[in-house]
Amino acid sequence: MGKIFAVTIAIIAILSAIPIVMNYWGPPADISTHGSAIDEQMHETMWEAGVSFLAAQLVLALFVWQFAGRGKNDKLKTFPGGAKGLVIAAFLLVGTEILALGVIGQKAWATVYFAAPDKDALTIQAQAGQFAFYFRYPGPDGKFGTLHPDKIDEGNQNFFGLDPENDVASRDDIVAGELAVPVNRQINLLMHSKDVGHSFYVRELRIQQDFVPGLDLAVHFTATKTGQYEIVCTQLCGLGHYNMKAYLNVLSQEDFDKWLKDKAAQ
Amino acid sequence: MRTKQTLLALLMLLVCSSLMFAGTVSGKVTYTGTPAKQKPIDMGKEPSCAKQHPTPVTNETVVTGPNNALENVVVYVSSGAPDDGQVPAQAVTFEQKGCQYLPHVLPMHVNQELKITNDDQTSHNIHPLAKVNREWNKSQPPGTPPISEKYDKPEFISVKCNVHPWMHGYFAVLTTNHYDVSKGGGDFKLPNLPPGKYTITAWHEDYGTQTADVTITGNETKDVNFTFKAKAY
Repeated sequence: MGKIFAVTIAIIAILSAIPIVMNYWGPPADISTHGSAIDEQMHETMWEAGVSFLAAQLVLALFVWQFAGRGKNDKLKTFPGGAKGLVIAAFLLVGTEILALGVIGQKAWATVYFAAPDKDALTIQAQAGQFAFYFRYPGPDGKFGTLHPDKIDEGNQNFFGLDPENDVASRDDIVAGELAVPVNRQINLLMHSKDVGHSFYVRELRIQQDFVPGLDLAVHFTATKTGQYEIVCTQLCGLGHYNMKAYLNVLSQEDFDKWLKDKAAQ
Repeated sequence: MRTKQTLLALLMLLVCSSLMFAGTVSGKVTYTGTPAKQKPIDMGKEPSCAKQHPTPVTNETVVTGPNNALENVVVYVSSGAPDDGQVPAQAVTFEQKGCQYLPHVLPMHVNQELKITNDDQTSHNIHPLAKVNREWNKSQPPGTPPISEKYDKPEFISVKCNVHPWMHGYFAVLTTNHYDVSKGGGDFKLPNLPPGKYTITAWHEDYGTQTADVTITGNETKDVNFTFKAKAY
């Protein structure tokens, strides 16, 4: 019985490692300039964690196999005074491993979150609200109008709370339900939440960033491949969370200019 | 016996006279100035709705017709109506179709049954923002039976969908059955008004309300026109 259990442990461990080693459920192709560093880091983490997982499971199976036929009256091995040496060794090994992953991984994360955006980056504001994303472009004047939460009137499509009557800068602001960006140009996305916590997640961009109410965060990225990609909310935000999404449209510079012109004319 | 017959005859006479001398108030609602541009609605996040509108629909806060006609204005008898308190047995229906509310403005009598249907392939969460009446919001997945509700106090209630931010409409809960909503030409008609003095109110969701007093003396049609000042923003 004990030997069957040992073999089962080994089989489950090996079977679960196969799809990861064979990369069955790999991430979709990366379309960002920073994504390769994140993929590399993920790969490294999966390797180290995977090898440790397999080793631990196989050692467990080995011990189960070895002591499977132990009789009722056989003496158990005891550790008088505790297995201090082993615990310290395990602690150092795992600690070094995690610390190393963190230190090495820092460079992938910090390039996105800690570096300042380029001077010529295109600034777009993303607003998350229950249960849709809206995006705002500053328009020809290059300036965003001020937000007035009391002026938010969704039935009138004033999703951001602009005051075009009194605020000249807001008159040419372009508001869209999709995030259109030019390819190969850095985008500085200002993240604003209208109500509760939300998250901006585009798998292909390798970006996932929370919207925090009352805190205007920013994230910057450069998309390198034209196409349409899904933006989903990955922070449970209420009843319609499952349906909270928008599309990222990466366009050529000409298409983007045309899109912007069309939107401005609406 | 004699008294009963006389009473009946008198009652008949009363009913006939009120039918014979039924006046009508009719007219046109228009605007002056330039109304704000109504923007096309981006329904991209709900593809099943987006594909129902080959040309995107615009928001319906201000809907205009030819010759400065103003649509979606509720015109009703706000005082002097002869049938205060008579609740119609038939329900009014508010439809959710293509991620829009049909009609955009729905008038109804206090305590009249309100049926809300969902014709879409997606869930809606209807949320009338009542302030005088009890406020509620209800989810309605596709294929579920109509929601039945009623309001017991007169109020103009802004209605939104908690799932689709662009969806917007109004309930006009009135204490009269003498109402109309201005259509394409801005026209409205309030028939079957017995002789008397009335106050007619016209309500628009963005431009506010206007009133006019009319006196109906017999079988006549009185012209009453309303002109609202448009807002540029």
